[in-house]
Amino acid sequence: MSRIFAVIKKEFIQMKRDRMTLALIFMIPLIQLLLFGYAIQTDVKHISTVVFDQSLSPESRELLNAFSASGYFDINEVALSYDAVTQSIDSGQARAGIIFPPDFARQLQRGESAPVQVIVDASDNMVANQAIAIANSIGLIKSQQLLFQKMNLDAPPYDIRVRPWYNPDGITAYYMVPAILGIIVTMTMVIITAVAIVRERERGTLEQLIVTPLRPYELMLGKIIPYIALGYIQITVALLVGALFFQVPIRGSLLELYLLTLFFITASLGLGLMISNMAKNQMQAFQMSFFVMLPSILLSGFMFPREAMPRIIYYISDIIPLTYYLDIIRGIVLKGIGFQYLVGQVAALLVFSLLFLGISTLKFKKKIA
Amino acid sequence: MPDLPVETRDLSRKFGDFTAVDRINLQIRSGEVCGFLGPNGAGKSTSIRLLCGILEPSSGSGRVLGYDLKTESEKIKTRIGYMSQKFSLYDDLTAWENLDFFAGLYRIPYRERRQKVNEMIALAGLQEREKQLVATLSPGFRQRLALGSAIISDPDLLFLDEPTSGVSPSSRRAFFNLIQELAANGTTVIVSTHFMDEAERCDRIAFFNQGRLLALDSPDRLKSSVIAGVLLEIELPDPLQQIAFIQSLPYVKECSVYGLRLHVLVESLEAAALLEEATGTRPLPISPSLDDVFVALARKKEREENDEPDFCRN
Repeated sequence: MSRIFAVIKKEFIQMKRDRMTLALIFMIPLIQLLLFGYAIQTDVKHISTVVFDQSLSPESRELLNAFSASGYFDINEVALSYDAVTQSIDSGQARAGIIFPPDFARQLQRGESAPVQVIVDASDNMVANQAIAIANSIGLIKSQQLLFQKMNLDAPPYDIRVRPWYNPDGITAYYMVPAILGIIVTMTMVIITAVAIVRERERGTLEQLIVTPLRPYELMLGKIIPYIALGYIQITVALLVGALFFQVPIRGSLLELYLLTLFFITASLGLGLMISNMAKNQMQAFQMSFFVMLPSILLSGFMFPREAMPRIIYYISDIIPLTYYLDIIRGIVLKGIGFQYLVGQVAALLVFSLLFLGISTLKFKKKIA
Repeated sequence: MPDLPVETRDLSRKFGDFTAVDRINLQIRSGEVCGFLGPNGAGKSTSIRLLCGILEPSSGSGRVLGYDLKTESEKIKTRIGYMSQKFSLYDDLTAWENLDFFAGLYRIPYRERRQKVNEMIALAGLQEREKQLVATLSPGFRQRLALGSAIISDPDLLFLDEPTSGVSPSSRRAFFNLIQELAANGTTVIVSTHFMDEAERCDRIAFFNQGRLLALDSPDRLKSSVIAGVLLEIELPDPLQQIAFIQSLPYVKECSVYGLRLHVLVESLEAAALLEEATGTRPLPISPSLDDVFVALARKKEREENDEPDFCRN
């Protein structure tokens, strides 16, 4: 115990002297959250739109109004030819184009189906999907209105009422901030511990350590305990930023969130230590960290829903600690659920922690070369 | 403590094809200062690391403080001190914090820790500088601080791997005084060095060359046993051209170059006059240095292995 304590004390002193790293620990959650929280908006509004209206009728104007009233299409260009529309979208000035044929009004008056062409720049998937969905629903709604008038109906036959729970207004930040928090914590923890052992090896201090009676597990625990404290500081900063800048509510128990986060921190630190035990130098440690972090961010369900992944990728995402933590933090912060619904996730993180720390301890030989 | 704190049998270590330590049989006595001497790459550092239990032997066996090198290396570590060739304390900790850290690793009880650390601070002469970051200390202070952390646990056996390289001559002398003091108090010390003046102050010297242990004895006994005869020093204008000629003289046993001079080993003092006649220069009898001993030992080993006739070369 006294040896672990000696290592912990030493790590804290070194941490205190390493101003740069300390600043990063505070600044990373602050800056990243502000940046990404504001920047990442999955709800794509104000798509710049070009219009080529050959009909120039009250009917075409009315449909156009419906497009701009939705808030998704900003009509800020009027084209006078098909070529002009093409050019505008090619150049990226407009992301969508709406084209009315000359006989649009006449066809409507005759009771025929009147085609309207909506061109969408699908080189950006997210924008395109949104634009397509909105354009389609505007078409449906307007058609419905016409039909009702014709058939003298007051209400549609089906009345589907969707209730989006937990985030009724669909605020992106509610969904993103907790996830970014998880990414920031795991990234910092992995990188900071990935260099922890290898740095001592490079500086030659490890040689002095291994001639002492210090046991591998004592070194590992002594190394990670101070970083657990750092992890909690980061999470606190991140939660404060979430609450103050993005009004992210914490619906569940804060205490529970802090308790369950421990296992995520230890899993991340364990992963870092494992890297540190394998790397020959700090450069390698960094490279290995990034090699691990990138899939972990992309496959955890942060960027793309796991349900949409092919089977095999889905199983890979099962061995990423972040996957489980996203369930935990979104569960507690947004859904307000507690431990009883998160037992599986917590167990998984606990297994990761023990596995990573166990491998690190076993792999660490008190020998040189 | 057993009579022989270090005892090895054919201890060897290979790195790939390179044999860094080649079947050494070493017996170190309790309480002695044993100097490891030899050129770079002779196997001194590797031997020390093997004996500390931080390097796995490729073959052979050994016992340190009664513990088996292969199976009980962790037990060895509780009772030894080690100072590596490269400075290996924490630059970003103060002198005091470094010592306190190692005191913790050796589980020195809290009650004694403060006093023990202060003792080591005093030993290193760092009373005014204990709160200074190690990075800002001069090499002399850093080296004494490293010694302090190596002996803070009162080890029975102390390994010092070229502790005085890169340190001023006066610091070196002071440092060796410390080592002798430790030995006087019962600590067995193994110290590797390049410096002959330090080697002369050791109780016994182990000569290493190309991974082999050539000899292990006191400096005086080595000189008298290895250098059998009288050693003459002669200064000639063209020493390199003269070697073969001198070597061919019947009364000359050995001849080697020392800087601009030649050292010539002859049977007796009478040969000095003959040598003066032959070369036209007066040779001076000198007492052999450990350098002479090393050269003679290395050459003898080479002859034994190659079974070559005597010839003079450097």
